[in-house]
Parts: sequence; C-alpha cells; structure tokens
Amino acid sequence: MRYLPLTPEDRAEMLGVIGVKSIDDLFVDVPASARRDAPVDLPRFAGELDVEREMTALARRNRSAGEGPFFCGAGAYRHHVPATVDHIIQRSEFLTSYTPYQPEIAQGTLQVLFEFQTQVAALTGMEVANASLYDGSTGAAEAVMMAHRVTRRSKAVMSGGVHPHYVGAIETLAHAAGVETARMPAAIDAEDAVIAAIDADTACVVVQTPNVFGTVTDVTKIAEAAHAAGALLIVVTTEAVSYGLLKSPGEMGADIAVAEGQSIGNGLNFGGPYVGLFACKEKFVRQMPGRLCGETVDADGKRGFVLTLSTREQHIRRDKATSNICTNSGLCALAFSIHMSLLGEVGLRKLAGLNHQKALALRDALAAVPGYEILTPRFFNEFAVRVPGNAAELVETLASHGALFGVPFSRLDASAGMDDVLLVAATETTLDVDITFLTKLLTKVVGQ
Amino acid sequence: MSMNNVGRPTRPETANDAGGHETLTGGRGLLQDEALIFELNGWTKTGVDLPDAAAPSSDLAGLLRSEPIGLPGLSEPEAVRHYVRLSQKNHAIDLALYPLGSCTMKHNPRLNEKMARLPGFSDIHPLQPQSTVQGALQLMDRLAHWLKTLTGMPAVALSPKAGAHGELCGLLAIRAAHEAAGNGHRKTVLAPTSAHGTNPATAAFVGYTVVEIAQTEDGRVDLKDLEAKLGDHVAAIMVTNPNTCGLFERDVVEIARLTHAAGAYFYCDGANFNAIVGRVRPGDLGVDAMHINLHKTFSTPHGGGGPGAGPVVLSEALAPFAPTPWLVHDAGGFSLVEHAGEAGAETAFGRMSAFHGQMGMYVRAYAYMLSHGADGLRQVAEDAVLNANYVKARLKDVMSPAFPDGPCMHEALFDDSWLEGTGVTTLDFAKAMIDEGFHPMTMYFPLVVHGAMLIEPTETESKQELDRFIEALRALAGAAKAGDAERFKGAPFHAPLRRLDETLAARKPRLRWKPVAEAPLAAE
Repeated sequence: MRYLPLTPEDRAEMLGVIGVKSIDDLFVDVPASARRDAPVDLPRFAGELDVEREMTALARRNRSAGEGPFFCGAGAYRHHVPATVDHIIQRSEFLTSYTPYQPEIAQGTLQVLFEFQTQVAALTGMEVANASLYDGSTGAAEAVMMAHRVTRRSKAVMSGGVHPHYVGAIETLAHAAGVETARMPAAIDAEDAVIAAIDADTACVVVQTPNVFGTVTDVTKIAEAAHAAGALLIVVTTEAVSYGLLKSPGEMGADIAVAEGQSIGNGLNFGGPYVGLFACKEKFVRQMPGRLCGETVDADGKRGFVLTLSTREQHIRRDKATSNICTNSGLCALAFSIHMSLLGEVGLRKLAGLNHQKALALRDALAAVPGYEILTPRFFNEFAVRVPGNAAELVETLASHGALFGVPFSRLDASAGMDDVLLVAATETTLDVDITFLTKLLTKVVGQ
Repeated sequence: MSMNNVGRPTRPETANDAGGHETLTGGRGLLQDEALIFELNGWTKTGVDLPDAAAPSSDLAGLLRSEPIGLPGLSEPEAVRHYVRLSQKNHAIDLALYPLGSCTMKHNPRLNEKMARLPGFSDIHPLQPQSTVQGALQLMDRLAHWLKTLTGMPAVALSPKAGAHGELCGLLAIRAAHEAAGNGHRKTVLAPTSAHGTNPATAAFVGYTVVEIAQTEDGRVDLKDLEAKLGDHVAAIMVTNPNTCGLFERDVVEIARLTHAAGAYFYCDGANFNAIVGRVRPGDLGVDAMHINLHKTFSTPHGGGGPGAGPVVLSEALAPFAPTPWLVHDAGGFSLVEHAGEAGAETAFGRMSAFHGQMGMYVRAYAYMLSHGADGLRQVAEDAVLNANYVKARLKDVMSPAFPDGPCMHEALFDDSWLEGTGVTTLDFAKAMIDEGFHPMTMYFPLVVHGAMLIEPTETESKQELDRFIEALRALAGAAKAGDAERFKGAPFHAPLRRLDETLAARKPRLRWKPVAEAPLAAE
C-alpha cells in the first residue's frame, strides 16, 4: 500500500517496544460484540492507474461547462482562473498545512489571510472582514444570527430577490435558534418591498444585489428604513465580480455584507467547496463569526500576524461562542486572494465590464427571438427571461442539443409559480458564437 | 585557506560566532522578508490581460462605483514571488511531522488533487440538468455507499461542509425527530468536559442547554453520572469516540443503551473515526448520528484551514429528517430531491447550504477510498494506532502520559506534570519543538488534562521519522529537566518569527491594512 510507510518488520518491532503481542491487543477496549475480524465488504486496494481509470470514467459521464455553450449562473459562475492560482494553491506549504495555531511557523497562511481580509473589506466597502466562511449561503445564515446577537431581536425580514437556497440556509439556522423569518414573495424587481415589513421586532433585513433574478438595486433607502427601526441591513451578493462595477454594500449603508466568493479564483466544482466572504462595520467585530487574523509584533518587535479575538470562538467560549465554526475555507480564500492580487483594481474593473458587456449581448440576442421576454430591468451579468412554456423542459431539450441554457427558477423554488422563468448568465468566458448557436437553436426549437 | 586556481575559497573558514547577527535586509538565506501586497506599489498594475470593455449600459446609471476600490495588482512574476516567499514561512505535512492531535495531519495523495481537477468534476455547474451530471451523482452515491458500509449505518447526509456543520446537521435531525414525536420539550444536550469546543457551541447554537458529563479517572464517560443526568429533558448526548483523550469509550454500548432507554439520541463526534475505520463500525455501537471529517479520516487536504467536508451518517430513526438535497437512484438514473417536503424528502428538516455540498472533497475522498480499499483502510486504523502507542511507549519514561494504563488509540495524551519545577510550560515546550523542525502537538486540549499535549502521528509516518521525532522530544525533555530553561522561554529562535504577542493583537485589533500609515505596533 503506497501511502503506508511501515513495513511488517517495523510493525513487529514496534509492537515489541510497546510490549504487546499483536495489533489486536491495542484494540482491547473495543467491546467484543463490535470487533470485526475481517475487512468490510468493499473492494481491495487499487493502484494509481486503476483509480485514475475509474475516476475518469465517472468524470466522462458529466457534461463540463467548457464543452460547449454554457449560460448557467444562479449563485455559481464560470470564470477564467489564471493558471498561477491553481499552481500556487497546490504548493505543499499552503495545501498541506492547517489552521495557523502556531503563528511562528504559519506566517505564510496568516499574511495571506490578512491580505484577504483587506481585499474583502475593500471590495464590500466595509470596515472589517473575517478570514472566510464555508460559502455565501452559510455566511448569510451566520449574518442573520449575528444581527440577532447585536440587536437582541428575533425576526429576520428577507426580500423576494434573495437566492432561495440562501433563504433555505437562513431558515434552517434561524428557526433552530428561535429567530422568526419573513420572506417577501419572489419578485424580480422589488427589493424595496421589505421596507413595509420592518417592525420593532426586526433584527435584520436581508436583501440581495444583484439579486437572484440579476436585478441590481440601490439599497440605500432600505438601509435608512432598517436603521430608523433599529435593525441591521445585510446585503448579500452571489457574484463577487460585480463589486468591480457596482456600488459596494458599504457605500449603500450595509451593516453586514455577505458574498459568495467562488467567482474569483475558484471553479464551479458542482457547487463546492466555495468561499464565503463576510464583512461588517467595525463596531460589531466582537459579534462576528469565524476566524479573524490580526497584526501584531514578535518578541523582537518585527511585524507578524496571528489569529485573534478568539474569545468569540468555540474552542475558547464553547457554548457561549458566536458560532460553532472551526474549519473554514482557507484554501479557497487563498485562491480568491491570489486571483484578486493578479487582477488588481485595473483588472477587476475590466473583468466586470466585460461580464456586463457579454450579458448585454446575450440579452439583445434573446430579446430578438420571438416568444422570449427579458424580465430583469437592470443587471450585471445575469438576468431572468420568460420562455415560451416550461423552462425546465426547455433546458433539458437544449441540453440534448449541446447547450446548457440556464437555470430554471423552479429548480430553486418550485412553489413560486414561475415555471416559465429562466435565469441566464454570461461571463468573460462566453463566446459570441455560443450566443449565436443558442439563438439559432431556440428559433428551431420554438419553431417546431 | 583552501582555494581553487582563481582564488575562490572551496572550504568554509573555521567557524566564527557570527550566527546571531541581524541581516541588513531582514531576509535570511532562503527566507525572504516579504511586504504586504498593499505595500508593493501595484495600484495601476494587473497580471491578467483582458480586452477593453465597452461602457456599461445606461440602465446602471447611479448604481456604479464612483470611488476607487483600493486594490493593488501584481504582474504574474511578482505574484508568483509574493506567494512563494510567503509559502516558505509555513510548516506543512509535506515538510515534516505535524502531530496536531485531533486534526489528523496525514499525507495528502497528489492523485486525489489530479482527479479533482478533471473537467468532468471541476467544471460542472451545480444546477445544470441532472441528466448531464450522472457521473457526479454516481460518485456521490458511491461515496455514500462506502461511508455507510464503513460505519454500518443505513443513511448518510453528504451536504455538511465541515465537522462542525455536520454536528449542526445531526442535532437538527435529532431535534426534528423529537418534534415529530411530540418530544419538543427535550432541550438538553449532555457532553463530556473533554468534548471538542464545537460540540457545546453547536448545541447552544440550535437552542439547547449543554450539561457536562463527568469523566472517570481513566479518561472515559462516567456512566453513573451519565445515568443520573439522563431524563425526559435530554434530547441527545454528544460523545466523541475514540474520545479526545485518545481513548476508546469501553462502555460505549452501555452508553448507547442508557441513552436510548431515556428516550434520547446518541450523537457521536466522528472526528477520530480514522482510529477505527475498517475495524469498528459505529453502527454496531448504537450510534444514531455521526459526522465524518473527510479532511481527517479520508485525507482531503487541510489547506491552511479548510475547506473540509462533514457528511453525517444517520440511523433509521433519524434518516427521514435528513436535510435536502437527497440523492435517489431509480431506473432513470440518479437524481436529487432538492426541496424539503417533496416526495422522498417529506420530513427533511431543510437545507444546510446552497447546492449539494463539497463535491471537490467528495472526489478526493473517494479516490482515497478506492486507493486504500477495505483492506488498506483497516491497515490505516491499525498503523495510526500502532504509531501513537509507539510514541507513547517511547516517551512514557521522560514525559507523563495522562492515562498510562492500557493502550491509547490514534493519539497519545500527556499532561505537564513531568515539567513541574523546570520553569518550562507546555507552551514553551511546544515552541522549542518548532526550533527542532517539528510542528507542535495540540496543546492545552482536551481541557480535562492540565497542560495537555496531544500527539497524533497518523499512519503516514515511517518508523524512521517517528524515531527522529521521539529522539528530539527526549532530548528536549532532558534539556528541560537539566535546567536549560532559556532554550524554551525564548523559543522559537529559528522560525521565521520569534514568539508573537497575541495579547497585543487582541487589545488593539488591526484586522486589515489601511492606506493611511499607522504607527508601528510596539510590544507592551
């Protein structure tokens, strides 16, 4: 077995040093009824070649995004990731280290986290950011719990534009903790509708921009209404590249900004692992979930970095902790940070502009196909379109013709009565010929 | 002096004692001093070549960023240097032993990285038609089959994103089961004092009150205390097995019986499943729910703090309450039940997160499983336990095992009583290990042992490497007892930085770089 260095001679010698006869003597504390004398009923070990063959066969049964026209978004976006990113995250020192518990020999990871926190704070326009959470959706749920702690109120109001999976993650955690949730009906352009639902019990208002239908909203008025009622405003973003073009949550008065960071540095990976961005106003920092990296000095006065404010965390506070989170999304945060460092402000703005431009081209092409109606009034790189008939069936049909058209809204929320609504996205990876192929196909399919 | 014919010295001079001097640049040989990216003057640079974009659509007037974001860029060579220089300041399992108890820092096979990067896994969208991702769903199904078979449990919820997220999943399923049975009044969770911090944090997070269970002299759950604390108010117990003292809970079957008799569920923290995989099935012990850290037992890389993955195996009683999405297989192939309440997920408690979980980790874990097979995984547990007992046996005369009698499982726990009178603390000892080239063990955890040192070597260490480690610890122990406290108090001396001031960091939090120069922090 190639991963196990001990030889039979080593094992025998070591058992002798320990002073036992056989390995079974080290498992004596296991109740006799639960001891298994033979391996379980699964295949035996396999060499690299065999494993690679089996895995490749499984991978071939999936249609990858790069194989042809592809327009899916809805919280996960296909962007080009520079080769440097994947090369660096596979360096042993980043890949095979753990949470930096011993800062003197983890300055690499810690400085990256400090840089990551600074980048996230800048992008979101907030004062502080943490060292990442699992993903955007769990980040949104954590944000609601944080608002509950800060305000000591127990109601969360969510707009009808929040990604339904995020709503699900929020409801799961909130309901378990006794926080009531009120979600506005799914709506393409009505983030403002939350204002009417804010009351004296409201801990937080959760809005999304661009929202799940792609609609971009200035949430300043919602922030004012929330603050007037003593509630916090949580602004969710699922497409982090949009920060390069649009007003930041901080500029619009957000108290907590949460985002899915997958778009920068991370592939689609069928939904995970991704990286949750979490930023807030500095005055709330002691109620934040997750790891925080901070600057300090060493015994010689040299600048260095450590995990800090850990008295918020589970390993110190146990049942009084702000969150149960331990492991976060370190390597995905590193990928995000490297990609962000390569882009810089210049590159990010260009990238965002290109995404928007491709989406406009897609919109214009679809608007020209008879029977298709563009529903999203203002968007970044994604919008909703009304299709003739059932969107899920249309997507299946197009997939059989080689195009992945988009995400039917019913896939996210089957009860919204929006079976003819399709979410489509374009990024810098979208080719003009893909758009042409799609519209020709649609004309043909609709024409049949 | 020995020289070649152009006057180049070919032998070192006799050592002069200049080793301690400061360099002029702050760099030291291969170790470069590296500034923050914000200090490299990259405000107008980019390392990504992109075509120019047209001006944004007029629809977005008033919605555009007007202020600079404040992000520097780096050309590709600068970026590569920046991160390579930083990387060299990290310890890693690829470099040397990393015996963090309970964290399971074992070798991460590179084949698994290669497999996870196959476009058929890495470049597929979570919401593309399920007919186009049958291979991905099949992989999830096979992973589920291996996890169920290895644990002897009938069901598994794959989606939790890490161990603590798995705990949350398990407790939410337990809560839903109690509520469905009209037992919503059960609001207490019992957990031993030795539990991971995540256990009480998770229980409290879902609104449960945590009551601690006492521990026996030999480091196990005190059955009498458990029995006394069980009752109609108890929703669940959370017990780690093997526990955080590195010991198998001998009475685990009785613990399960008592718990079930009291109408409560048995949540097992499976962080230490690597010690028993292939030899013991938790299902045979009476467990109702257990998370499995794929990044521990099944070796997906720890990545400087994640991503992890924490699938939860569930008993028949809890399976109906598992979160969505839920994988089903019928004549038409594989499909996902994605909404709670739908057929197949009528009683699901809800959704843990967006999409379907940590696919990238599933691919790596499944490749690891295939590589080892049933026989290899059993050998994994045996070698992990053998290595830990070997370390314990060879250090027990110079350090003090917390539980000297009987074998340990995959980790060896020492207390600090052997340091008494030396002036050296567990922390000092750990920092001196850094100077010797090893990552310290887990320190001050579990909380039930004073000055705890929890050593988990894992099965991927050779006997030679273990011996090197043991000799280093024996030498350090000897130095501590011989009164060489200086070696420890100021340690580390040979790491990229000396000991860091954590109090200062917490007292004056600086959590980001700021464009307006701040006064340098100074030690207090």
